[in-house]
Amino acid sequence: MDEFFAMSGYAEYVWPSLALAVGALLLNVWLARRAVALAERDARRRLETTS
Amino acid sequence: MGWAWFHRFGSPPWIYGFSRRWAPWFGGLAALGILVALYGGLVLAPADYQQKDAFRIVYVHAPSAMLSLAIYATMAIAAAVGLIWRIKVAHAAAAACAPIGAWFTAVTLGTGMLWGKPMWGTYWAWDPRLTSELVLLFLYFGYMGLRAAIEDPQKADKASAVLAVVGVVNVPIIRFSVDWWNSLHQPATRLLGESDMDWAMKWPLLLMFLAFMLYFGAVMLVRLRAELLRRERNASWVREVLRG
Amino acid sequence: MKTGPLQAAFLVSQRDLRLAFRQPSQLIQPLLFFMIVATLFPLTLTPELSRLRDAAPGVLWVGALLSSLLALEFLFRDDAMDGTLEQFALSGQSLTWMLFAKTCTHWLLTGLPLALAAPIAALALGVAPAAIGAVVASLLLGSFAMSLVGAISAGLTLGARRGGVLLSLLTLPLAVPILVFGSDATQRAMMGGDIAPPMYLLAAIAVLGVTLAPLAAAAAVRIGLE
Repeated sequence: MDEFFAMSGYAEYVWPSLALAVGALLLNVWLARRAVALAERDARRRLETTS
Repeated sequence: MGWAWFHRFGSPPWIYGFSRRWAPWFGGLAALGILVALYGGLVLAPADYQQKDAFRIVYVHAPSAMLSLAIYATMAIAAAVGLIWRIKVAHAAAAACAPIGAWFTAVTLGTGMLWGKPMWGTYWAWDPRLTSELVLLFLYFGYMGLRAAIEDPQKADKASAVLAVVGVVNVPIIRFSVDWWNSLHQPATRLLGESDMDWAMKWPLLLMFLAFMLYFGAVMLVRLRAELLRRERNASWVREVLRG
Repeated sequence: MKTGPLQAAFLVSQRDLRLAFRQPSQLIQPLLFFMIVATLFPLTLTPELSRLRDAAPGVLWVGALLSSLLALEFLFRDDAMDGTLEQFALSGQSLTWMLFAKTCTHWLLTGLPLALAAPIAALALGVAPAAIGAVVASLLLGSFAMSLVGAISAGLTLGARRGGVLLSLLTLPLAVPILVFGSDATQRAMMGGDIAPPMYLLAAIAVLGVTLAPLAAAAAVRIGLE
């Protein structure tokens, strides 16, 4: 197990790379969903004021 | 065979429904694919002869790079379609692509730097591929900046579309830069067909490419919903959709 | 008698030249800026000529780029503000040709003087006199290409608020190849090497620019004027 985490000595490069990639993937999902939520909220407000 | 199916793609309510229904599936498949590919690449694949375990960065670096280019190309095509045929959904799609593409470009550059340090001894080199990938990031920023700076949404759509199309020349430059110039960056490994990469190393990479594409589809569809809502101010379908 | 597109373009060019010479101070500014930038580097880096020489290609080209960006501000701005650009678009004449004429005239007034004045900056940065010819030639081609590329971003930022910084941000990615090949040509000339490859590439970019940039700029201007 230790060998796996050590990545033959390159651990300080491999794991941060993975963290960066996975982090960006998760962040983008969150940002996209937030964008829809905000857009829906704005659309609701607009419809309330005009109808 | 009519053009009905094509027209459906141009219809905001239809696309909205499509996105709501299918985005979760794309996303679920993508997540599964990424996990399996990560397991295959990090655990199952043997270590590289020269680079040992450092080569495993390829499993996130290469697919991110490919996606950074593919997304720009998609964005440019959507923008061109929007400009030529004046289809609002196309402009919305282009807008939805941009932030995702920018992030993939950033990940490419970041993981590339982390791979470069142990392999070449330096975090950065001003070689053609790295430089043009950085330029791609600037292009994404410029695109998003231009959109943000123009108040009229229709003008913003059209102006950024022109920028996207003009900037697309950068994509083949990145793709072929390693062939055209002597470069620090290694040449592309041929993945399909004859190649000197071990199958055990290759399949997680291919799977990751596919999974990333599905991921892009999912996230883009979600953002597309937000873009459509923003553009269709008082349309009746918006009322329907917000109720349900 | 119907005016053809070339004639209309020529008239636009004449007008621009006449207007420019009424305010010669505006012409001097980009040139002065370039000289100041070239002076700032020795001030901040090192007065040692041998070390400055290494940085010379970069300093010259970054200075040229920054000066171009400054000058691009007034390619379309005045005409957009007083409605002339709108008249051009509505005139029924080829907007593409007219914008091409404006871009060329703009280069004659800003890029050309810069390239011709560059020897002074180059010598001050320690560039060998033998390489000066190549410096001027590459800057002539490079500044022309930059004006063409800049016309696109200038057109795109017409409708944007605080377009100045955005203009620079948009022009930079497109100007990078010009910078890369231009400074390569300067570098090679200083080493006594063959400057043909980067010069050909600069020329190719300029030709591509001539054919495509005015079209893109015209499209951008039309969008901005809607």
